Amino acid sequence: MRALLIGVALAFIGLFLLLPLFVVFTEALRHGVLPYLAAIREPDAVSALLLSLKIVAIVVPINVTFGIFAAWTIAKFRFPGRSVLVSLIDLPFAVSPVISGLVYVLLLGSRGVLGPLLQDWDIQIIFALPGMVLATLFVTFPFVARELIALMEQQGNDEEYAARTLGAGGLQIFLRVTLPNIKWALLYGALLSAARALGEFGAVSVVSGHVRGYTNTLPLQVEILYNEYQFQAAFAVASLLALFALVTLVLKTVLEHRFGRELKTH
Amino acid sequence: MASLAQQRRTLPGFGLGLGVTITYLSLIVLLPLATMLLRSLGNGPAFWWQAVSSARVLAALRLSFGASMAAAAVDVIFGLIIAWVLVRYRFIGRRWFDALIDLPFALPTAVAGITLSALYAGNGWLGQYLEPWGIKVAFTRVGVFVALVFVALPFIVRTVQPVLQDLDKECEEAAATLGASRWQTFRQVLWPSLAPALLTGFTMALARAVGEYGSVIFIAGNLPRVSEIAPLLITIKLEQYDYVGAAAIGSAMLLLSFVLLLVLNLLQRRMLRVQR
Repeated sequence: MRALLIGVALAFIGLFLLLPLFVVFTEALRHGVLPYLAAIREPDAVSALLLSLKIVAIVVPINVTFGIFAAWTIAKFRFPGRSVLVSLIDLPFAVSPVISGLVYVLLLGSRGVLGPLLQDWDIQIIFALPGMVLATLFVTFPFVARELIALMEQQGNDEEYAARTLGAGGLQIFLRVTLPNIKWALLYGALLSAARALGEFGAVSVVSGHVRGYTNTLPLQVEILYNEYQFQAAFAVASLLALFALVTLVLKTVLEHRFGRELKTH
Repeated sequence: MASLAQQRRTLPGFGLGLGVTITYLSLIVLLPLATMLLRSLGNGPAFWWQAVSSARVLAALRLSFGASMAAAAVDVIFGLIIAWVLVRYRFIGRRWFDALIDLPFALPTAVAGITLSALYAGNGWLGQYLEPWGIKVAFTRVGVFVALVFVALPFIVRTVQPVLQDLDKECEEAAATLGASRWQTFRQVLWPSLAPALLTGFTMALARAVGEYGSVIFIAGNLPRVSEIAPLLITIKLEQYDYVGAAAIGSAMLLLSFVLLLVLNLLQRRMLRVQR
């Protein structure tokens, strides 16, 4: 029984998880190392990488800030409508990424509700960086907030109350008492949201307009190359993303193992 | 727990935190979603219904929801086996396999998409062995299903794992000592604790799979009325500047997901009540 179950589990993992990972790198290196290096050094690929990193650099700090505010409010206080806020924070997980992009096109696109207004002021949001940032924010903001809410609820308010009694101010309580308790969970949430921001495809694809060398992120570049039948180049760029994914998995595992007790009880 | 007034007197930051949270959620989530819902009804409910009930849209919705349920169901079975093996057995490389479970979370969907189609295309790594048997995966509905199985797997494993970890092995041993067969032990000792977790995992997997786009479109072939998923149809409508049509499909997807999640939540609540 034991051997059979292990066999089935490992076969499934091998077929559905290991094999695809293996295929990405094999296909990327199909014609050898030089074409591989050429593909990832190609100007469009490099500008796609830079744009992706730029989006991550904008989105993650915003997620961290919002996550802290939301978690402080939801985990430290009981108030009417609290559970509605929690459901709203979870909402993006139940919405298709394509819809996450669509809603911003409908709101801010040239034919959108605010489109004419933005055009008068000469502000371009859709088919430009701001739109891609907004769509990515929609998809990624729950990661930090959820992680922090779960942990802070479990930790309770006792330490903060004690600090208050001893005369600490609000900012002092947060920096000296709360932050040290949640720092690893904060990092964990930031890591997950960074990984998702880097790899987001559907939402960004809808708002990007696919302007080559200008609004192409790495995942969009993969799609373009693939649709042009440049398979080796597509897999070369994809292998960069796969590499980032592996690094994420390693960091995540390390965080869970070393600081498991300081994250939430998984 | 202290009352809100007491909490607020003791801990600062409630007003500021609530203000920031509500403002941000309104701007990023509520306002855009409300715009879509209003826009979808912009030409009247009759137009909405017409846009949603066209044969092509209905086929896409049926495929998105049908394939997602099938994929989530398959993942419930294999996810349970994987979670069981990872929690209960010790073998070489267990930690590596455990870490690998989250790959579908971490791997960008576009990468998963092109990789799966390289695997299952007629001349692909696996496709070349399946094709002679008459099994076509890439560019069919089966391809959609396979991609969704990949995407949804971690949801099941990660919800069942903690439950299995908390289950006392002694209960099973006691049942076995009292003469229960393996099946009886599973059915009467393990199942009551596992079922709610499996249902939660199924629900999360389903919610994710229904909206999935990147990993599906490369392997699906996207034949209208055959292997075209609903999210793809939204992007097609957008490219044709049919904003109302796109918004209509979007709102229909949200509506269906909402009803489905509601039913599954009620089912789960009932399950937990019966146990008590």
